[in-house]
Amino acid sequence: MSAKMKDQLATAGLYCIVGIIITILAGLLGFVFVRGIPQLSWQFITSPPQVFKEGGGVGPQLFNSFYLLVLTLMISIPIAIGAGIYLAEYAKDHWTIRCIRVLIEVLSSLPSIVVGLFGFLFFVLYMDWGFSILSGAFTLSVFNLPLLVRVVEQSITNVPKSQREAGWALGFSSWETITTIVLPAALPGIVTGVILASGRVFGEAAALIYTAGMSTPIIDFTNWNPLSATSPLNPFRPAETMAVHIWKINGEGIMPDAAAVSDGAAALLIISILFFNITSRIIGSLLCKKMSAN
Amino acid sequence: MKGVQMMAKMMKEMEHPLYKKSGKIRTGRIGKWITFLSVALTAAITAAILFLVFSKGLATFITNDGSVKDFFTGTAWNPAEVNSFGKPIIGALPFLLGSLAVTGLSALISGPLAIGAAIFMSEIAPRGGKRIMQPVIELLVGIPSVVYGFIGLSAVVPFLRNMFPGSGFGIAAGTIVLSVMILPTVTSLALDAIQSVPRSLREASLALGSTRWQMICKVVLKTAKPGLMMAVIFGMARAFGEALAVQMVIGNASVIPHSLFEPASTVTSILTMGMGYTVMGQVENNALWSLALVLLIMSLIFTITVRVAGKGRVR
Repeated sequence: MSAKMKDQLATAGLYCIVGIIITILAGLLGFVFVRGIPQLSWQFITSPPQVFKEGGGVGPQLFNSFYLLVLTLMISIPIAIGAGIYLAEYAKDHWTIRCIRVLIEVLSSLPSIVVGLFGFLFFVLYMDWGFSILSGAFTLSVFNLPLLVRVVEQSITNVPKSQREAGWALGFSSWETITTIVLPAALPGIVTGVILASGRVFGEAAALIYTAGMSTPIIDFTNWNPLSATSPLNPFRPAETMAVHIWKINGEGIMPDAAAVSDGAAALLIISILFFNITSRIIGSLLCKKMSAN
Repeated sequence: MKGVQMMAKMMKEMEHPLYKKSGKIRTGRIGKWITFLSVALTAAITAAILFLVFSKGLATFITNDGSVKDFFTGTAWNPAEVNSFGKPIIGALPFLLGSLAVTGLSALISGPLAIGAAIFMSEIAPRGGKRIMQPVIELLVGIPSVVYGFIGLSAVVPFLRNMFPGSGFGIAAGTIVLSVMILPTVTSLALDAIQSVPRSLREASLALGSTRWQMICKVVLKTAKPGLMMAVIFGMARAFGEALAVQMVIGNASVIPHSLFEPASTVTSILTMGMGYTVMGQVENNALWSLALVLLIMSLIFTITVRVAGKGRVR
């Protein structure tokens, strides 16, 4: 076979591979949307799930997912920004720093169920918070931290050195340069990274089944006192998220329309992830335009 | 007398604002410490996880007198009972084999597909590939694993049940779900590796008269090999650690299956299933922590391999 023929054959093969992949992916999204979107209705999105009857929704689960996400970001963003600043600006090539970097990398590669088991042992049992939103949010923060740290460090390192020099030339101390010049310049990258990480946190289930729990008590959406037991904001109540709900009703759901509920919930989950993806692009480019001269 | 005057003058100069420590320096120092503390906290959490999982996972062998050999070679899993030697029955071989089988098979399926797609996106149709494939792949990286499990349960398992003997649950279903799940991750990492091959190498190869395919497989793939290995190993690490998607489709029978279409189980699926039904500190529970330890050690091995494979990467 001549080299020319081989070339054509290989090109055809690669087109085939790409065709296969696009078919799989289109089938995957099509499957979820075609089956799930008809299930979506205002009633489905807002009403609580039913255990034995048809017609349950995912209202509390959707709220729990968002509430957990907000708490997780409130815990993990400040720590990640601090750690990112240190690693990008101060860290020298010392063995302790190398050690710390390896540990952070190990944390980012741990399977989420291992992080979940740690959360179960530490937050649920040792801190005695029980299956609660608080345990879940701290566990998800542990899961989220290494990724965020990497995003912040990368964004800060990408800020050109001339911007720092400009700050020093104006008589700023190095800390002032970091907080008033470098950090704002790195913000578009950080925000995009945070929103993308949110998508990951939003869909995480394995780390949550033993920390935030697999049930939601009856909550009253008119009661916004965080200390009251029926309030949706109470951080010490168990909270099943959308992803955990999908997993649970596929395993042990006994309501007659379990399949329909999980179809709808899966579509809702993917729509939320799509939403995170698109907002991160839009906000990233908007911020970039606002912060930079062009 | 003159000396005293000099001293007084110097003291006065020392009080000049230029000699005073600026408040800014103090803020900067505090800032540096706070940021260092956040780094240290992140590292300390990792150390705590490693310590806890190791100490809980080794308890089966130390306090409950479990045999390490039984754990890795035994096929019976019943930690509540003891065998004729008075040791707990903790044969984890079926789960270990199950995990290795789904991980290896899914890497075999999605590795070539992902590398093919990456070649396509960077060498054959860079523009169209970027515009269409890249956003799709980025979206797919973000799809939660339960959704993959759910699709496996409602599409792949019934399909296998109709095509092959058996219930449809098993290694085959797990492999299909995992291959699709890691495909986008491996593709985007492989694309990074291929794109980091310098343009001049490609030009040199084409200038010598090679066809595009010769250039791709003799120059680009050879140069990008460490990066491609990294991509595949990274995908395997994800597949090995994935819990819920596999647990939904694999059937969870603690036996060594005789075919790909019989129910099997993995380390993660047994962990997810069992943790809620055991009491802390008992043998049943400790045995599950030993499985978690296996998972942790495997993830460490994958991390080290990725680092070693990445050493030879062009950057």
